[in-house]
Amino acid sequence: MSDRTLDQARDPATPAVSVDSMLRVNHVSQRFGHGEHAMNALDDVSLEVRRGETLGLVGESGSGKSTLARAILLMRRPTSGSIEFDGTDVTGLRGAALRKHRRRVQMVFQDPNDSLDPRFTVARSVAEPLVAAGLGAAARRGRVRECLEQVGLPGDAAERFPHEFSGGQRQRIAIARAMAAKPEFIVLDEPTSALDVSVQAQVLNLLVRLQQETGVTYLFITHNLAVVHHVAHRVAVMRGGKVVEEGTGEQVMQSPQHPYTQELLASMPALYRT
Amino acid sequence: MNRDVDALRVEGLSIAYGGAAPSVSDVSLRVRAGEIVGVIGESGSGKSSIALAMMGLLPDSAKVTSSSMTVAGADMQDAEESDWAAVRGVRASMVFQEPMSALNPCMRIGAQIAEVLRIHGVADKKQASARALEILHLVRMPDAERRMRYYPHQLSGGQRQRVVIAIAVAAGPSLLVADEPTTALDVTVQAQILDLLRTLRDETGMGVLFISHDLGVIGQLCERVAVMYRGRVVESGRAADVLADPRHPYTQALLESIPRPSVPVRSTLAVIPADNHFAEVPAVLEEAR
Repeated sequence: MSDRTLDQARDPATPAVSVDSMLRVNHVSQRFGHGEHAMNALDDVSLEVRRGETLGLVGESGSGKSTLARAILLMRRPTSGSIEFDGTDVTGLRGAALRKHRRRVQMVFQDPNDSLDPRFTVARSVAEPLVAAGLGAAARRGRVRECLEQVGLPGDAAERFPHEFSGGQRQRIAIARAMAAKPEFIVLDEPTSALDVSVQAQVLNLLVRLQQETGVTYLFITHNLAVVHHVAHRVAVMRGGKVVEEGTGEQVMQSPQHPYTQELLASMPALYRT
Repeated sequence: MNRDVDALRVEGLSIAYGGAAPSVSDVSLRVRAGEIVGVIGESGSGKSSIALAMMGLLPDSAKVTSSSMTVAGADMQDAEESDWAAVRGVRASMVFQEPMSALNPCMRIGAQIAEVLRIHGVADKKQASARALEILHLVRMPDAERRMRYYPHQLSGGQRQRVVIAIAVAAGPSLLVADEPTTALDVTVQAQILDLLRTLRDETGMGVLFISHDLGVIGQLCERVAVMYRGRVVESGRAADVLADPRHPYTQALLESIPRPSVPVRSTLAVIPADNHFAEVPAVLEEAR
């Protein structure tokens, strides 16, 4: 098994590009607590992310956007509703089937300092999903080099440690790791929120380019409507566990229909609205 | 408050930590009474060092030099800690990014405001509580009477920042230094806090030095702005002019790197190249615009 390639490691039952929909969230609710203290973190959320596209998910603190990400990543089973990935209901997957599914999905978080082990070399961090995919050492080394090059890191990055890099470079390392096992779907949770605006531009450029090159599908979670307008094909606005508005970036920013989206836009500094 | 006196005036400010190269070099800033001046810069630009220097809060390892420094009407050039103690919190005060770490988690907010009033001799023990309530009203705390008895954890992030601002303005300072006060807040709450700062400025006539990495926020709030790059002011002027017509290549690049609706969707955003020569391009200062 050690010398399988990534493409062989993929589930052979995976249908080719026949279905347009990569991910479907069907009437998902997530209830926390009991009795009168119960609250609905997610309240009947339905969404679709098309293959090769980016769905931008916008919301403020407590809107439920991160809870939804956890449900989509199958980190927490929703109280009701289902998650459909590539035409298959994955909500109740367990054991080997769940592990197999997880190779197809990756994530990038806001703070690369939390997601990279400071004691690991960059090569070891980036290779982690490849170990899980059963690649041999030589194949892993080659793929790690390829990924680091793809995200624009210097050639000698592999043997260095996270603290030797800037915040923007560390986020590139996290993106290289997410891309390593050639996933079909990546959840990006505020991937540029901790970065300076000029560094944010570099990371957004990188994400857009990687999507064009590989056809990967993104769920891009952020509080920043202008960022989402730039990168996403479609935008969903969440508030209080509900999706209150959905449309293209232009629709949501230029003619918001829901009062909350209107308030969100009106609160944005004018510079980001023009 | 004397409206003829500048809230802040500093000329030729340089700050160096230990033996390292200066992190701030030859910066001059002026905040008139009743004016909101923004300092914008990315990480490492030196903007927060300036904020701390204006409050005498830099560690002893920092070497601060200037050709003149007047804070809230007091000459603070080469000031000792005892001189700063008379100014800080009374004539000039500061608001930080994280309200939770600025508040005492074990003390009711009314008591925290009252404590500041007593320490600065603004109110005696009897009046302090009533005066604290007035100040909570001043910062538009909803349901202020009840919230006087709340602990910080019982408040939302925006309400906590209102309490921090209440403490900062309690003694009626003529200068407020705000370092990224809305960065940790949601955008709808940010808009409310920016409104509050503007209203307080209008009502009290204090000057505000507003430090931020966010060009949009600076444009929304400030009358004038100084753009920092690698410890220097590279551009300054009226905020509206600088944002609409940036003259320095760094300011131009910074503005072009922002995703905005006017930038084509998924197009390549401008980036600031690592090997740029922006630092060598002469500054475009307000007088020259």
